Amino acid sequence: MNQQNLFVKGNEALARGAMAAGMDCYFGYPITPQNDIPEFLSIEMPKAGKQFLQAESEVAAINMVLGACATGKLSMTSSSSPGVSLMQEGISYLAGAQLPGVIVNVSRGGPGIGDLGASQSDYFQATRGGGHGDYRTLVIAPSTAQESFDMAIEAFRLAFKYRNPVLMLTDAIIGHVKESIVAYTPEPIDTKAGDWCLGFDRDAKGRHLHSQCLTKHQPLAPHTILLKEKYEKMQEEVLFEEYLTDDADFVVVAYGSIARVLKNTIDNLRNAGHKIGLFRPITLYPFPSSALQKLATGNRRFMTIEQNLGQMVEDVRLAIAGTSESAFYGQLPGTIANPDDFYLPVLDTYKGEQ
Amino acid sequence: MSQTITPTKWTGVPTHYCPGCHHGIAHQMVARVLDDLGLAKDTLLASSIGCSGLGYYYIDFDSVESPHGRAPAVATGLKRARPDKTVFTYQGDGDLASIGMGEIMHAAMRGEKITVIFVNNAIYGMTGGQMAPTTMSGQVTSTTPLGRNPELTGYPAKIAEMVAAFDGCAFSSRVALNNIKHIKKAEKAVKKAFELQKENKGFTLVEFLSTCPSGWKLSPLQANDYIETNMIPNFPLGTFKDTEV
Repeated sequence: MNQQNLFVKGNEALARGAMAAGMDCYFGYPITPQNDIPEFLSIEMPKAGKQFLQAESEVAAINMVLGACATGKLSMTSSSSPGVSLMQEGISYLAGAQLPGVIVNVSRGGPGIGDLGASQSDYFQATRGGGHGDYRTLVIAPSTAQESFDMAIEAFRLAFKYRNPVLMLTDAIIGHVKESIVAYTPEPIDTKAGDWCLGFDRDAKGRHLHSQCLTKHQPLAPHTILLKEKYEKMQEEVLFEEYLTDDADFVVVAYGSIARVLKNTIDNLRNAGHKIGLFRPITLYPFPSSALQKLATGNRRFMTIEQNLGQMVEDVRLAIAGTSESAFYGQLPGTIANPDDFYLPVLDTYKGEQ
Repeated sequence: MSQTITPTKWTGVPTHYCPGCHHGIAHQMVARVLDDLGLAKDTLLASSIGCSGLGYYYIDFDSVESPHGRAPAVATGLKRARPDKTVFTYQGDGDLASIGMGEIMHAAMRGEKITVIFVNNAIYGMTGGQMAPTTMSGQVTSTTPLGRNPELTGYPAKIAEMVAAFDGCAFSSRVALNNIKHIKKAEKAVKKAFELQKENKGFTLVEFLSTCPSGWKLSPLQANDYIETNMIPNFPLGTFKDTEV
């Protein structure tokens, strides 16, 4: 495996991961804090003989992805929260037509224009579909630059495995922190190019139609069952990390940049003799409910920490319902979390419930 | 003119279009031209939303369904991913000139190497005859029951002229489908548009003045006359851009 040590921002790591996966087409529109991604790709994609295009809007960008995906090419767009809101219609069409697009959300604060700082307030939008209709997107939430690289490759692999849109949810911290990564060339993505691709060997295979129009020939009910079965199969792709949970009688649940900061908090709490661990979902859909259920034994208690008013905590509480409960602490958006910010909130909750 | 009678891509599926609607003529014309140019089997379609949204059941090109107004962006994705293919959109006036005004103008501005078939019947057909951006002053629709009042809702959009203003546009022409003479001219324009796309000259668009007898509440023959008496005076026929001239 061809390896390279690099010192790069998380955004660039993600863009490099997408290129390592073999990305053919990128379409995007400028928005902070994700601009490093299109800027890097505007240089590197043409060099590699690949397509880079700055679209006139996020609405156009996601629909360009829709077109490129329909030909079976590895296609991606990236944006940040308000821009991803604009893309929801196109994501719904990708889900309906079962096309393998990758959408990156380097999220920022909201609602409305919000601010440019880190925030995790797009959890609901990311994991509940976001657009209209009964569909799911796979959602991956890296917490480091290395994971941004690795998970960009995984995003394309999953997109083609399930022919489904895959969302990468990072934030201003993950995107802008510069750190060491090991870049590499992975095994080529199996796109399963075939009769689902427009323009693919048409004479031999007949026509390819990506339609959601309801007619007597294509009713929605069987299509919905097909999607349901696909979403059930996706559950096996669940990814998570457990940190010092084996002997813990209190588990903090967090994802992305907040989870990363919390590792230091938990090290400090451990040094003070408190048996506290961390559970970090890496895939937010599918959510690692079974793994959380397995942890919710004995008197083990939970606390969910997010940089929002409480979104993922609903999934945590559903997962452990009947066996345990989860407290919640919300870091305010637009701030950069420090390990000390969480020390007392975690300790107070831990002690208060003992 | 055409050597074939039934285009190879014509599925023979009975269309859902109303009597006197020109979509059938336009569909067949596009399919026939692509046959004549030898491009039919290598052509991709970004379909749209509206009456013609089901057009891919009648003309058998590899198709992807676009959200309302976004066909030029979807076609951009198709063309960038497969520059070896001929790519076209087929859009009505609500789709292209109202909700999709941004996408069509930027595709033209970029000189995207696609062909846009724009069917302008000055009304929203599928949703029941509401005002379109191309509805003419005084024209009665279900949302302008007293006739379109320019003081309140402005004037009809002249798309063929608008896209012609972009340097990236290689060809833009407005034609009509209401009589044999106009149909013959229309077919020549469509052929020119696809030829220029294959020569990578830039963005190409053909605007069809087309009937909507149901929306206009006219008989098919009255609708053909209405194009002559009302539409052509508002939307002059002609070629507004041809890089080869």
